[in-house]
Amino acid sequence: MDIDKGTGEGQAGVSPAGAGGGDRSTAPSGQAAAASPIEFRLDAASGVPTYLQLVHQVEHALRLGYLKPGDQLPKVRDVVASLAINPNTVLKAYRDLEVKGLAAGRPGQGTFVQATLSQVALPELTALRRSLSGWLAAADGAGLDEDGMVALFTSALRDFYEHRSGARTRGGAAGGETEGVA
Amino acid sequence: MNMNVIEASGLGKRYGGTWALSECTLAIPAGHVAALVGPNGAGKTTLLNLAVGLAEPTAGGVTVLGGLPPGSPAALDGIAFVAQDMPVYKNLSAADMLHLTRNLNRHFDQPYARARLAELGIPLNRKAGKLSGGQQAQLALTVALARRPRLLVLDEPVAMLDPVARHDFMATVLTAAADDGVSVVLSSHVLAELERVADYLILLSRGRVQVAGEVDDLLASHRLLTGPAAEADRYSERPVVHVRRGEAQAHLLVRAAADDPVPPGWEAHPVGLEELTLAYLREPGAAALPGPGRDRTLPFETGQPSEVTR
Repeated sequence: MDIDKGTGEGQAGVSPAGAGGGDRSTAPSGQAAAASPIEFRLDAASGVPTYLQLVHQVEHALRLGYLKPGDQLPKVRDVVASLAINPNTVLKAYRDLEVKGLAAGRPGQGTFVQATLSQVALPELTALRRSLSGWLAAADGAGLDEDGMVALFTSALRDFYEHRSGARTRGGAAGGETEGVA
Repeated sequence: MNMNVIEASGLGKRYGGTWALSECTLAIPAGHVAALVGPNGAGKTTLLNLAVGLAEPTAGGVTVLGGLPPGSPAALDGIAFVAQDMPVYKNLSAADMLHLTRNLNRHFDQPYARARLAELGIPLNRKAGKLSGGQQAQLALTVALARRPRLLVLDEPVAMLDPVARHDFMATVLTAAADDGVSVVLSSHVLAELERVADYLILLSRGRVQVAGEVDDLLASHRLLTGPAAEADRYSERPVVHVRRGEAQAHLLVRAAADDPVPPGWEAHPVGLEELTLAYLREPGAAALPGPGRDRTLPFETGQPSEVTR
């Protein structure tokens, strides 16, 4: 197994995604040497292969602005030590992210974010989240349960994009990935 | 590094009139965390004991670390073995254990061992017998890893540990694999954890190898098909591993690639390692082994009683 041994610590001060970072739900859980702004977790019951869970979590963090280009992904060794998973699984996830052009390995240092998936800056995201929370409260007040909210949102989302693509009618290419909700 | 850490050919071991292991042929490549799985009495411990040189084969042969005879000085230097009962000398302190092991072995990384025990919060002066079960296991593991082996062999390492101790123990093992490239072969009953830990699987059943291969390859070459029970028998020509059949619906675990066509009226799902392992354990007649011409399929006609779905 060819794993970068813990160099990189020196240059690790990679600043976490700006804007206060107070609401960062994936903050490092008190572990030392948290060079990366994110920390992985595993859901054993999800049935999703472990490496894919890691890939999804990085993509999710990119979308929500927790990770920016230049940020370091957790070191393979640290992920292995905290989750007790096979090192090859982490390497496979990072390779997958590299193939997608989202991350790149730097010899002797680790793997770093290369591109971003978030179209919106963190302050706007916070504002959007706040208005969504308002909507959720209203839906809850109207007596809708969680499944009902998801169903309503999903259906509205689908209508929105169908309507938009209908309005444009010219060759797609516009939004690129429209898989918004993760 | 294309060496095999354990290679067996026609390997067999008889205790009295009973063959604990027979016709065992396998090759476990280096650079993996390999899980050895099988029901009680399948021969797991026997195989590991033969590989580390604690037992002599009755038939066939086994080599380790790219052709070394088990028990030879070079093999002993390169392999660390932690037996089933987490062997520590109960009346020795952790420091004494390190001292003893250091003097009994040609290589021993004392700074690593001390640093590791400090990290784990294991007091050096406490007698091993007074440590918790998890700490005793970690002490045995630390002593084994401080020998800087190329192959770490663990027999049922986590069977007696609570979930937290189990997690911490496996984290230590896997970190060693990540840091130093140690190959690991471990036997286990804890199927649910294998998926995260192991990237190579060997399934032993009744003293024989039933399944062997890289986990990713095994998962990619099996599918779960769900469809009408009445049509299940049509698949007799397909390599069906295991059938669960209700009155109307049947689940077939088959050997098939992701892009194989799914018959109309049937749904295909990917399988997990636990599901795959259980299916094979329930069908000792089925096998999935590497190499051409060694795929045996389980024909429906033999009337293997199928388990009825709940």
